[in-house]
Amino acid sequence: MNAVISQRIAGKAAPGPEEGHARPFALRRFALTLLLVAACLAAGGTHDACAATSLVHKRAPEFVRTDLDHKRLDLNAYRGKVVLLNFWATWCAPCQVEMPSFVDWQNKYGSRGLQVIGISLDDDPALVRSLYGKLKLNYPVAMGDVKLGNLYGGVLGLPVTYLIDRHGMIQAEYQGEADLGKIEMQLQLLLPSH
Amino acid sequence: MTFTFVSRPSVAVGLATMVLLFVCAQCPAQFTPLTGPGSTNLIPQAQLIQPEELVHLLQGTGTGKPLLLQVGSHLLFDEAHIPGSVYAGAGSQPAGLQQLQSMVASFSKTKFIVLYCGCCPWDRCPNLGPAFKQLHDAGFTNVKVLYMANNLGTDWVAKGYPVERSH
Repeated sequence: MNAVISQRIAGKAAPGPEEGHARPFALRRFALTLLLVAACLAAGGTHDACAATSLVHKRAPEFVRTDLDHKRLDLNAYRGKVVLLNFWATWCAPCQVEMPSFVDWQNKYGSRGLQVIGISLDDDPALVRSLYGKLKLNYPVAMGDVKLGNLYGGVLGLPVTYLIDRHGMIQAEYQGEADLGKIEMQLQLLLPSH
Repeated sequence: MTFTFVSRPSVAVGLATMVLLFVCAQCPAQFTPLTGPGSTNLIPQAQLIQPEELVHLLQGTGTGKPLLLQVGSHLLFDEAHIPGSVYAGAGSQPAGLQQLQSMVASFSKTKFIVLYCGCCPWDRCPNLGPAFKQLHDAGFTNVKVLYMANNLGTDWVAKGYPVERSH
């Protein structure tokens, strides 16, 4: 099944740490734009499919939850980092295909400012805790609910993943079993250079 | 219904999955990664119903309307469901199958029932196969399963079909 990929790149960057490197940033942004368009077309996206989501190019809806380690999980606290926000569930097979890569990316890119956050849409937290330990997830996971799902436009099918830039703007949305290679390329372009 | 469940290797794999589900009923907090194919290969093509067809049925009048049962995630059901449908337990969980069994216990075996889920892409759904098999084994002869290739959001809500929300 082709993943339905709906994504756009922000046309205007908010002021930030890259201001002193305007040209490289502009080039990276242009490259990311091309990548996102290519990914959309490669996924067989029609115009509607590629522009359907209303959240891309908008500020990521803020939320505060308590994660599985009983710590406060405030999306706003990750401003300045690139956030990969993943909605998943233990009954979702495609989610479990993706999650080991998210663990790898957190290890690989965490020092450059990547933060993966998981939101489980399970009904039973016990199953989530079991998976959390078995897959050795190295990023915070909190239980979702209807309110949080609605905040993100209604999460009606999994997996759904959002790529949020350092300014809190959603740069891409991936629905269904996404192309992990493309997500990795896209998040790399949002991370600051070495 | 004229099909049998033991004539194809893929069906045998599905039956093995059911046995594992039964065994896991004794250890509900255990987790088994679901990285293989889903359960929908248990469902014969003839038992599928397309979204447009179901919309047509629901818009009609008279006795042709089915009993609509959602057999996936309760949270997703609360977010959005087909009007008139009832949450019947997750087909992938032993407790969900018990809930389904209780729900249909008082109905005639010829009752027209439509199962749906929409949690994940069709070929990855863990709920529909076990739920369908449960009803088949209980003797229900008029069960259809709503085919949604991607999920409820893409194949039902985004198409403008009727939706009800619990909250």
